[in-house]
Amino acid sequence: MKRTSISRRGILKGAATLGLVAATYALKPVALWAGTAADSSSPDVLTGDLIDLTISEQKFRLNGREATAVMMNGSLPGPLIRLKEGQQATLRVTNRLREVTSIHWHGLLVPPEMDGVPGVSFRGIDQGTTFTYHFPIQQSGTYWFHSHSGGQELQGMYAPMIIDPIEPEPFQYQRDYVVMLSDWSFESPHTLLSNLKKQAGFYNFQRRTAGEFVADVGRHGWWATVQDYLAWDRMRMDPTDFADVTAYTLTYLMNGQPPESNWTGLFRPGERIRLRVINAAAMTLFDVRIPGLQMTVVQADGQSVQPVVVEEFRIGPAETYDVIVEPAGDGPYTVFAETMDRSGYARGTLATRPGASAPIPDRRPRPLRTMADMGMNHEGMSHARTESRAGNGHLPTHTMPSQTSPTEAHQQHGRGVGDMTVSEMRSDKETAHQRPSERPTTEPVPHSPDDHGTGNQMVAEFSSNRMHEPGAGLDAGERRVLLYTDLKSLHPFDEHRRPDREIELHLTGHMERYMWSFDGQKYSEAPPIRFHYGEMVRLTFVNDTMMEHPLHLHGMWMYLENSAGPYLPRKHTVLVKPAERLSVAIHADAPGRWAFHCHLQLHMEAGMFRVVEVSEREPTR
Amino acid sequence: MRPPGRLLPLALLAFLCQLGLVDTMALAESEEVTLPTVHSSSSAHLANSQRLVNPHFTHRPASLDLSLVKATTLPNLLPGHDWPSPVDDAERRTMVLVDVLEYRPQTRSTGSQSDYRWDIEGWYGGDYNRVWFKTEGQRNTAFKADYDVDFQLLYGRFIQKYYDFQIGGRVETQTFRGANVTRGLAVIGIEGLVPYSYQIEPSLFIDQNGAVSARLAATKDLLMTQRLILQLRFETNVAVQRVEEFTTGSGLNNAEFGVRLRYDIRRGFSPYVGVSIDRSFGETATLIRQEGGSPSQVRFAMGVRMWF
Repeated sequence: MKRTSISRRGILKGAATLGLVAATYALKPVALWAGTAADSSSPDVLTGDLIDLTISEQKFRLNGREATAVMMNGSLPGPLIRLKEGQQATLRVTNRLREVTSIHWHGLLVPPEMDGVPGVSFRGIDQGTTFTYHFPIQQSGTYWFHSHSGGQELQGMYAPMIIDPIEPEPFQYQRDYVVMLSDWSFESPHTLLSNLKKQAGFYNFQRRTAGEFVADVGRHGWWATVQDYLAWDRMRMDPTDFADVTAYTLTYLMNGQPPESNWTGLFRPGERIRLRVINAAAMTLFDVRIPGLQMTVVQADGQSVQPVVVEEFRIGPAETYDVIVEPAGDGPYTVFAETMDRSGYARGTLATRPGASAPIPDRRPRPLRTMADMGMNHEGMSHARTESRAGNGHLPTHTMPSQTSPTEAHQQHGRGVGDMTVSEMRSDKETAHQRPSERPTTEPVPHSPDDHGTGNQMVAEFSSNRMHEPGAGLDAGERRVLLYTDLKSLHPFDEHRRPDREIELHLTGHMERYMWSFDGQKYSEAPPIRFHYGEMVRLTFVNDTMMEHPLHLHGMWMYLENSAGPYLPRKHTVLVKPAERLSVAIHADAPGRWAFHCHLQLHMEAGMFRVVEVSEREPTR
Repeated sequence: MRPPGRLLPLALLAFLCQLGLVDTMALAESEEVTLPTVHSSSSAHLANSQRLVNPHFTHRPASLDLSLVKATTLPNLLPGHDWPSPVDDAERRTMVLVDVLEYRPQTRSTGSQSDYRWDIEGWYGGDYNRVWFKTEGQRNTAFKADYDVDFQLLYGRFIQKYYDFQIGGRVETQTFRGANVTRGLAVIGIEGLVPYSYQIEPSLFIDQNGAVSARLAATKDLLMTQRLILQLRFETNVAVQRVEEFTTGSGLNNAEFGVRLRYDIRRGFSPYVGVSIDRSFGETATLIRQEGGSPSQVRFAMGVRMWF
């Protein structure tokens, strides 16, 4: 095993230092499956009815620096588990840490006590003990599994899981690679959260400075620039806030390897390659593209979708996309995963021989938040807000200079609702409370008077469906970007029916104090969310923060209500944009307690977490 | 033989309990019917049945209010009593911010000597409730001719989205005519971020003799580069009563404006250089002059701003 590890890493990294690493540590710092096709007979691919996993702390070396990670079976990422739809899985997890651990099977529908969330599904796995997970596999596709205890996921405890379907898949490919994106910090998760609680912009080294101000004055004029800078200052917001934790402390990994090590997937020209892209990062959204190749998205969150050809897609933490690429030539091709804040990237290569590499694209300039992200992007809205919320006092009553601001380059996704009159807005506001349960549209919906308390910094004065927008920093005009409206299930779901009931949930937080919550309440301050067993419930998310949040519901699918009719895609993790109003339909068919949370790990740890209880209807008294 | 009068209530109670138990079991069965069986291991079943006992039967007899029992959560939804919280969102932390810690060299024009100065604060607590401490030390300023050291201990509550409302006590020691004088004060203050992103800190003080004074401090950071930061700093003191031994006149005492240019070697460790213009007014200026101080000063400083 040790010899295999040395030779493979020798191929992958080809550096003299690695011989030293191998001599010091008899372990595999990089999972073996990562160097091979996922369907090969790599010793790291675990299959069968009984699978053993051991969790332990292991030293490893990254970019010449030694670190300690929490590893599964001694690798980072952990071993690839490959199962078959319809089988019974038994997974024995042994904890060799000095703390409680757990494994959550992300995206798998399992009985509640097998879901692996300490405090929700079970007690957790105590040190020195073995917990046996046992559940039937009732689905197929690309998934992953990770710790649900403290910061262990950030410390390396994640791995891919592939479930092969009973029925043949509706697409063909000759190569099968997992592309697992993640982020590594030499600082402990506890330190990261502590730093952010004390200085919210701790890791942001892309803030607006005097130099940028001068440049903006040159581009946009003195008055427009001053107005724009003052507008953000007045709101006590930072328009450069795209990632709480950045490349300042994070190293972005592809299949456990930093950009310098260049993970390589081999192919022969003319082959179709399936890339199973999994975002296992704790705190990072990636924009993935392969210059020179188009990608056909065939699955999202493990579920087959009608094929969409794109050149780039944004993937939030915990989402998965399966894409097929078909290189006509020899390549090589760079698999480029740029972080949303543009501070760094993960990178690998598709090549016909080991050691090849293609140019690494330049990172794009970091984007800026817009007034649309703040839920107030044009004059008509500003007036309506002034009238309806006078005296609230925490937002300016002044028209935002969106047309003239330096941010205009980023406003191409504006919704064109500028001709809506104030009276229309008023009638909208009046009906906001009696509004029948409907899918949110691109029409802006005013916020209720509830400001969600001190733990919530701002509200989206107007929220709307933004699924047709590519998202901040992406330009649909520049290249074809995957949109949520592109996702249509391959097969219609007959169980989808009109929701019986709607629950509106606001995503809230405080950027300055680094507080994160739902409806202004942290997990410890709020009761569980109740679903009635058997009902179809619409969960409407309203993002009152200016950050994207990947929301993950355990135990049940979320049908993304993106106007695809009976072909609504179902997802386990849904990325909600700032000031977005987005709804999902959920068939509450899984009795029990389930976790629901933001999958940005520090947001979850700060309280953006709820328990969802699926139980019988409460009787009338 | 026991008197039947004692046995009767006991028997009645037993009977009622029995009725209650029968009802509850019937209810439990009906729940089994309406809910599809949840796949679970036998140990989980055992744990569930144990948990069922706790909330329903220990606190009140089950026979009393069946509608309440019905409305409670199903047994498989109850977490174990020894389960941890899934997230630790109420963790308490400690922070110390050394905002000013500086050496001020002698200046010939004002005849002042070189001295040191500090302004340090910190807190322990969660997101909403914190215990705060603050300490300041100065010498040879336009407001204090000789040494002045003060220390505050406060309880703070996070309110209105941006402000820590603070209440507590303060002890101030000063050298006056060569001797140390000390007083205690009650403090009510606010610390927070106002629109346009100024950090402000107004405080109201009432000393042990009822003399009322107030202080306003405000700072703002301007980013020259990502690490080179210019801090604007303004502080002013006012008092209602004249308190001679603390060189405090009635009315506006002093105003000080400073700029400090710091460099974040890393976050939380930033050496700086700065200059401040400090002036005292009216009675205060007179008292400072009597003490041999200078009521109007321009001082240079070098120091380090730190937090941990």
